[in-house]
Amino acid sequence: MGSSVAWAKRNSVFLWVAAVAIAFFIAVPPVQFVNALTLGAIYALIALGYTMVYGIVELINFAHGDVFMLGTFVSLSILIDVIGVTGPITNPIQLILMLVLILAVTMALMGAVGFLIEKLAYRPLRNAPKLAPLITAIGVSFILQNVVQLWKGPYKTTFPQFFPMDAALMLGNVRIGLINILVIVVALILMVALQLFITRSKTGRAMRATALDPTAAALMGVNIDATISRTFVIGAAIAGAGSVMFGLYLGITDFSIGFLAGLKAFTAAVVGGIGNTLGAALGAFTIGFTEVGATVAGFSRWKDAIVFILLVAFLTFRPNGILGSDSSDRA
Amino acid sequence: MREYLLRHRSLDIVIKLIGVAIVLPLLAATPIFGAFQPFNGWLTGFANAAIFVMLAIGLNIVVGKAGLLDLGFAAFFAIGAYTYAFGASAYSGNDIPFWLMLPIGAIVTAIFGVAIGAPTLRLRGDYLAIVTLGFGEIIPNVLLNSDKYTLGTNGISGLNRPELPIIGVFKSNEPWPWFILAVVLIGVIMIAADRISFSRIGRAWEAIREDELAAASNGINTVTFKLLAFAIGASTAGIAGAFLASKLSFVSPDQFKFSVSVTVLSMLVLGGIGNLWGAAIGAFLLYFVQSILLKQLNEGFKGVPVLGEIDFLQLQYLLFGLALVIMMLRRPGGLFPERRAARHRVGTAKE
Repeated sequence: MGSSVAWAKRNSVFLWVAAVAIAFFIAVPPVQFVNALTLGAIYALIALGYTMVYGIVELINFAHGDVFMLGTFVSLSILIDVIGVTGPITNPIQLILMLVLILAVTMALMGAVGFLIEKLAYRPLRNAPKLAPLITAIGVSFILQNVVQLWKGPYKTTFPQFFPMDAALMLGNVRIGLINILVIVVALILMVALQLFITRSKTGRAMRATALDPTAAALMGVNIDATISRTFVIGAAIAGAGSVMFGLYLGITDFSIGFLAGLKAFTAAVVGGIGNTLGAALGAFTIGFTEVGATVAGFSRWKDAIVFILLVAFLTFRPNGILGSDSSDRA
Repeated sequence: MREYLLRHRSLDIVIKLIGVAIVLPLLAATPIFGAFQPFNGWLTGFANAAIFVMLAIGLNIVVGKAGLLDLGFAAFFAIGAYTYAFGASAYSGNDIPFWLMLPIGAIVTAIFGVAIGAPTLRLRGDYLAIVTLGFGEIIPNVLLNSDKYTLGTNGISGLNRPELPIIGVFKSNEPWPWFILAVVLIGVIMIAADRISFSRIGRAWEAIREDELAAASNGINTVTFKLLAFAIGASTAGIAGAFLASKLSFVSPDQFKFSVSVTVLSMLVLGGIGNLWGAAIGAFLLYFVQSILLKQLNEGFKGVPVLGEIDFLQLQYLLFGLALVIMMLRRPGGLFPERRAARHRVGTAKE
């Protein structure tokens, strides 16, 4: 862990990423640069759940993208049906309170969903062959999609835009929407909080121990079941925050967004180095820049295919991702 | 008699399929079946179900025998169908007969199977699943966006239909030739799959599935055999694709979405991963649940309060999802578990 080699490697990677980001910054209009960061921030919030779960149980939680999708509908229902929000809120204090409230409620509810999915669909299969939980994960993904489709119908649904979309910050002559800043800041806060939680808290230490060696961790008195369960809850809760940000930023959702968003976030986790929370963030911004870059270059129709090619290329040639996980023997 | 058939497995398959080919039309002619839809509708339905039976048998080789979870199987289905569209349609200007297009489709998809498998088969199970999922998305995406060649979303229509000396060109409103053709194709595919499964290759697949490391240390070239599984599974999907394309006389990228891959996987899980007949029966059953039962529930409950308002067709993927979860939790071997390896009832062993 703490060797200077790893430190140098990590920093060289960051330098490389910074160089790419600067090149991107020069090559495309600043607005697109901000868009790429915003998109990357949303992907990062989803990717964290994938990477945490994979890190601890080595399961690709297929249903995670659909938990994110469910989150957009849960939060919009709460906003419309429970709170009754219709238009933008201009009072800054009210706005912040509303943001905190909806984030907290959505995260709590999605955490509960994550808990239930793990308990019902994955835990009974923990000692089964590897393919079994993967297949139930696909099943859960289909169930979630259909439940939402039955609940809200198969149409695109608008998300209540309580955040003032025209508010912007002027940096020189560059206009940066407040919404972009909000998404990036919320994502950064959650990423830092998660990083602190994993490295500093007792549960975080139990999570790292379980990821490294479940048997040894159990012998040291770690409650494996509870730790795995908490990992799912945290991952799902962060995806829930991602749902709120997605809804506010794009203003629209439908029952099928989870598949594509999930696959892209998974790509982000792989690109960054699956099992590595920092890597997930790095990968997510890479995906954000790739997509926006493809759009700017006039290949917007091909952007999905380009992301998937990136996924296949990384899995094939560099399965440990940019950062690689600490346990590089996994792939 | 029974012992004789056990020693002559191909004959056994032929007899069983002839039995099925006689019983199904007879059943369809009974008033009970007639109440659901007319005789010709049933016969067309059987031929359509046959497409999924072929796909399930192909996927069974990849997932069930070799233990490689392929989540993008529809990609090979798509390649088979589009190969047919390029080889035998007025749009492409080529006019290769259907009977020649079947092996061509199988070979082209097998080549794609090898091309996709070669760089990725070294990956462990769940990574492989994601790579195949990626390819399953990339291929329809490419077909959709290369509209210069594929006409994009509109798809290619007016594909040639099969032609035989006495019958002439198969017509869409005459289901008998399609039904017979489907049974014959399934017979050929089943015999091939069965013979391969019980050969040295099949045993190598099972060894890889149960324990890859042990298989490798016993001198099995795991990469070669995995590639073979991929290629053979893919070519089966290629044949199914050619059959679909010629039957509908139309292909479009929409027909090969992720949901198709999951549908076939559900069929396999339902029938019994690893079991040839299980896969076929699972596919057949699920196809009819999907295409007949749910539609009939809609009709049947029309006007009934609460139940009448539910669109049962919308429920199909919910049912598939539930089937996947419940089967995995309660009956991981499927309705008809594989007999030979009852110890490991799901596709693969750990790593």
